Amino acid sequence: MSAVTAARPSAGRWTALGAGGTVALAFVVVLAAAVAVPWLLAPVSPLAVSPADGFAPPSPAHPFGADESGRDVLVRIVHGARSSVGIGLAATALGAGLGLVIGFASGLGPRWLDSALGRVIEVLFALPTLVLALLLVAVLGSGTGPSVLAIGLATAPGYARILRSRVRTVARGDYVAYARLEGVGRARVLLRHIVPNTLWPLVATATLGIGQAVVWVAALSFLGLGQEPPSPEWGAMLGAGRVYISTAWWMTVFPGLAIVSTATALTVLGRRLSGATA
Amino acid sequence: MSEVERVPDERAAALEVRGLRVALPGAGEVLRGIDLSLSPGECLGIVGESGAGKSVLARTLLGLAQDDSSARVTGDALRVAGTDLLAAGRRARRRMRGRDIGLVLQDALQSLDPLRTIGAEVSESLAVRGVARRDRRRMVLDALEAAGLPGGETLLGKRSGELSGGMRQRALIASAIVGAPAVLIADEPTTALDATTAVHVLDLLGELRDRGTALILISHDLNAVARVADRVAVLDAGRVVEQAPTSRLLESPAHPTTRALLAAVPRGPKPATGPSAPSGSSASAPASPEFFLAAQGVTRSYDGVAAVDDASVEVRSGEVLGVVGESGSGKSTLARLLIGAESPDRGDVETSSPAPRVRLLPQDPLASFDPRHRVGRILALSRRDGAPSEEELLAQVGLDASLLARRPATLSGGQRQRVAIARALAGVPDLLVCDEPVSALDVTTQAGVLELLTRLQRERGLGMLFISHDLAVVRQISDRVAVMRDGRIVEQGGTERVYAQPQHPFTAELIAAGTPGPGATRRS
Repeated sequence: MSAVTAARPSAGRWTALGAGGTVALAFVVVLAAAVAVPWLLAPVSPLAVSPADGFAPPSPAHPFGADESGRDVLVRIVHGARSSVGIGLAATALGAGLGLVIGFASGLGPRWLDSALGRVIEVLFALPTLVLALLLVAVLGSGTGPSVLAIGLATAPGYARILRSRVRTVARGDYVAYARLEGVGRARVLLRHIVPNTLWPLVATATLGIGQAVVWVAALSFLGLGQEPPSPEWGAMLGAGRVYISTAWWMTVFPGLAIVSTATALTVLGRRLSGATA
Repeated sequence: MSEVERVPDERAAALEVRGLRVALPGAGEVLRGIDLSLSPGECLGIVGESGAGKSVLARTLLGLAQDDSSARVTGDALRVAGTDLLAAGRRARRRMRGRDIGLVLQDALQSLDPLRTIGAEVSESLAVRGVARRDRRRMVLDALEAAGLPGGETLLGKRSGELSGGMRQRALIASAIVGAPAVLIADEPTTALDATTAVHVLDLLGELRDRGTALILISHDLNAVARVADRVAVLDAGRVVEQAPTSRLLESPAHPTTRALLAAVPRGPKPATGPSAPSGSSASAPASPEFFLAAQGVTRSYDGVAAVDDASVEVRSGEVLGVVGESGSGKSTLARLLIGAESPDRGDVETSSPAPRVRLLPQDPLASFDPRHRVGRILALSRRDGAPSEEELLAQVGLDASLLARRPATLSGGQRQRVAIARALAGVPDLLVCDEPVSALDVTTQAGVLELLTRLQRERGLGMLFISHDLAVVRQISDRVAVMRDGRIVEQGGTERVYAQPQHPFTAELIAAGTPGPGATRRS
């Protein structure tokens, strides 16, 4: 019976997305377009003030309404994608990259290095990621660069830990042992077997991580520690709209929805990816 | 089991199956009209290749297949120990299990919860049925004793990890018989065990049968079935193609499937060299220079326990050295020392010069393939100068070139082992080290792989170290044999000499365990 179940060929990675995965993928494509070419989607400046439209509720002219200075909320959300998602992406790249280096060093390096790095990771793990990021912002100052750095550094221990265990599992595998027995050199074994079998699971984990990082970027801005108004960053918009929440709900609801949808879409996609690579 | 009360059995048949058909979603009709009957005190062996429907039959008799609402179970009669399984609902089926019918599974290590004590595991079916705690203890001890584990008090508090493989299998049998079921199904109960332990477990099942239990023994191992079964039913593609008393079935098999199964059982000495090779006493002399790999008094200990203790063996071109022994006797460690994956604490491993090129044939080929690589890539990466093309390599191991584009996970067990052989050949080896290469395969697949290995070894004058716990397999392929026990080589010599006149008592015991005649241990 096991032969029957085992004989299922690995269906294409993309056909296994399902309905939810397809919707998530479509959303992420639109998001990517907003990050790459916001002017194509919304050919209006996100900073263009129009006092006449101040606090305009959602209407055909302003589908998501306008803020206190008459700036279109939809236009700002589209342009804000570059800050919110861009910073999240950069921070994830930094975190995953750092985690990669630490994970490989500790998974394949000498034992003293592994235990030294292990202790550092444990200390960092003692602090919740957001607290660690706030701590780093306090040291580094606020703004885009520090946001990237803070979130990247704060997420690196998580990636490092996952990669370390993955690297060790792969390196101890029978197929690595077989390659060594064939006389294949260390470097070649690393490139041929260990790296590919480690990186694919990382891609899935990082996709999940981007969604989380977008939320943290917004959180820092919301607290006034990242991008500051009038920047169309979603967290900053949320923070600015909070004052008017009773009169102009659209100023907070739509940026909030943008954050939630982005995080959800990336999470769904990441889970499908990890399911396909597992 | 003398103290355990039996349910008085006024029925003639413990089990009656007529026209049983089972269709499973995705697999279609797996059983297509099965007729079987079984009386108390009788043992029916069910044999067949993997995929013939043996396990589905067992699950249906237990009422487990029916629990899956998408499975379709139909038939004219399906009565097990008085329960009409065609009419019984889910609740009635559950009540029947453990009380009227018990199951012994193949893998005792996985079937026992590592966190629960043996006492809790064995008494579980009693606890489910609400037997008083005080009675439970007595019944568990009786069951353990009946399963060949006397003095069970000390075992009750132990967990499965603290027991040996044979003891675990006995504990599993105890948990199956604790409720004194009228029918016992054993599904490949000895496949995971060494030859000597397997014989003890089979004899135990035979004793249970002699005391009145109706026993169904499912196995792909005809030797095991021959040891206890009164009758044997041969299953093929969901049908019983032949059913006969054991000795008659073994002596004059009528159906081609039965004959194929019997022919696949490894038995007898290494077949004589083919007509093309010189019929001298030594194996066909290779044109290539004489390579060898020799261990001289090697010792390797882990945490103070010697896995290999002062062992000396030699493998040379054109010769197959078989290494037999029970699991844990140090066979694999010896192989690892020889191929240099491990260094000895004492002793030396010597090689000819130039050193031979050594390739490995692992027990679990799937784990030795990079899961991201397809067959073509696997072979390409292992190719060395002078190796044939990937297509040719597959052809040499009897596989079609279309498999080059497949991932190993999508191949059958036999195909995987053949790909592993092709990969070893891609390295143009002088010596081949085979670590239990056919243990995970069913008899017919095993026979094909053994034949392939013997042919390749002869054609190329390869040297081969062949490790196995299965004496019949080792005998069929080896020129010389080394018998290992507790890390030591207790006997070494020409295969047929060792089999005919074992010098060491342990060798004699192993050989006795590994070569049962039909009904050899039938007790009256």
